[in-house]
Amino acid sequence: MAEETIEILDSDGINRALTRIAHEILEKNKGSEGLVLIGIRTGGAYLAAELHRKIMAIEGHDVPLGVIDVTMYRDDISSRQNLAVGQTDIRFSITDKKVILVDDVLFTGRTIRAAMEALMDHGRPRNIQLATLVDRGHRELPIRPDFIGRNLPTARNEKIRVDFDANNTPKAVQLHRS
Amino acid sequence: MAFNPKHILGIKDLSAEDINFILDTAAGFKEINTREIKKVPTLRGKTIINLFFEASTRTRTSFEIAGKRLSADTVNISASGSSVVKGETLEDTAKNIEAMHPDIIVMRHSASGACDYLAERLDCSVVNAGDGMHEHPSQALLDAFTIREHKGSIAGLTVAIVGDITHSRVVRSNIYCLNKLGAKVRIAGPATMLPPGIERLGCTVHTRLEDAIRDANVVMMLRIQRERMGATLIPTVREYARYYGLNGNKLELAKSDAIVMHPGPINRGVELSTAIADGPQNVILDQVENGVAVRMALLYLVAGGEKLKTE
Repeated sequence: MAEETIEILDSDGINRALTRIAHEILEKNKGSEGLVLIGIRTGGAYLAAELHRKIMAIEGHDVPLGVIDVTMYRDDISSRQNLAVGQTDIRFSITDKKVILVDDVLFTGRTIRAAMEALMDHGRPRNIQLATLVDRGHRELPIRPDFIGRNLPTARNEKIRVDFDANNTPKAVQLHRS
Repeated sequence: MAFNPKHILGIKDLSAEDINFILDTAAGFKEINTREIKKVPTLRGKTIINLFFEASTRTRTSFEIAGKRLSADTVNISASGSSVVKGETLEDTAKNIEAMHPDIIVMRHSASGACDYLAERLDCSVVNAGDGMHEHPSQALLDAFTIREHKGSIAGLTVAIVGDITHSRVVRSNIYCLNKLGAKVRIAGPATMLPPGIERLGCTVHTRLEDAIRDANVVMMLRIQRERMGATLIPTVREYARYYGLNGNKLELAKSDAIVMHPGPINRGVELSTAIADGPQNVILDQVENGVAVRMALLYLVAGGEKLKTE
């Protein structure tokens, strides 16, 4: 079969989805009190920054924003190529906070498992909620997102990519089939 | 450009990309050392044996802490308390240890090439923690990490290394590492401590400390290794201190923002005056702190990664 690339969302589509997610987060949590945003490096971190801007614009005050790298918590370090370990940057306590964990594409759920374990090493959050731009299915662990940009049933051999421009603004969501 | 080494034996065989990959990985691990809970599960279930045939406090402790913070099980063996004193050969010792299925052996040995020798004969990974007068890769990497942290980048810097060059594995690893990263290296020491041909590794050779440190960005002082010298190479320690020790006046020849490094342990009043050893320009304790992060990166990189084409 020929290689194929399908655009699922363009930058406007992504922007609308993130705006909706921002409102849903605030609705579900009854405002931004006690809320912190933590993005999973690297795509999730860029999306968390977008959500952070939107939530600040709606609420009119700041919400803590952090970045987490989960490489050192992965369960497959012996069975794949070495990944560079990125830097975690969480300069606030997450204990008793409502943590919105942000990732770009939710797939097997193993990254989220690693991220939750990493978060627990930083403190004891009141709860962890999961926001993802794309949920492509194929979960291997009992993990479910709270906020979803787009549900996208996929085949396992397909690839989903979220592209960012030079300013780390999300540009497009694409599906690759080969 | 993934880097999946089976062993870390020296800097000589690494590329600049490999070195930068190690340093970037170490930057990610450094944050763990400042947390309240200084432990991540990365190497859970892995066994690391620290096999030290030579005295070491800093390096052994640093490797041990690095392994423990990655959740590996670490065991220390030192020559004085082991079967080595009963006459066992290095290969037999290592084979016996390997029969207990460690994943990584971290070794220090007085014979140059001892780590390469083991790596050829064992199935587990070998990390060189210093072999004779050959290499000390983790020291050179933590030095590069510390320089990068203070100077932003290593390319274009001038680094002066002063002391007993002949007996120093730290110098050899550092010359390889700094050259690959684009720095200029100058070495200086008494003629009896300068091995012939060292300039072929990529450095200029000076017999006066002043010539080496003039306008340098980094001044790296080495310890006078009395235990390794054997025959007398210098008339007296006092004379050495006078000509090759660093003090405030001499340091003024270097760039005003130069940093002073030392692999430790320092001989106060010999290589470094007390004013320098406690002064604002020295980054010696940063080197020790960064050593843990760099060694975490090395253990992670040899333990992880599919070993595809290495064997």
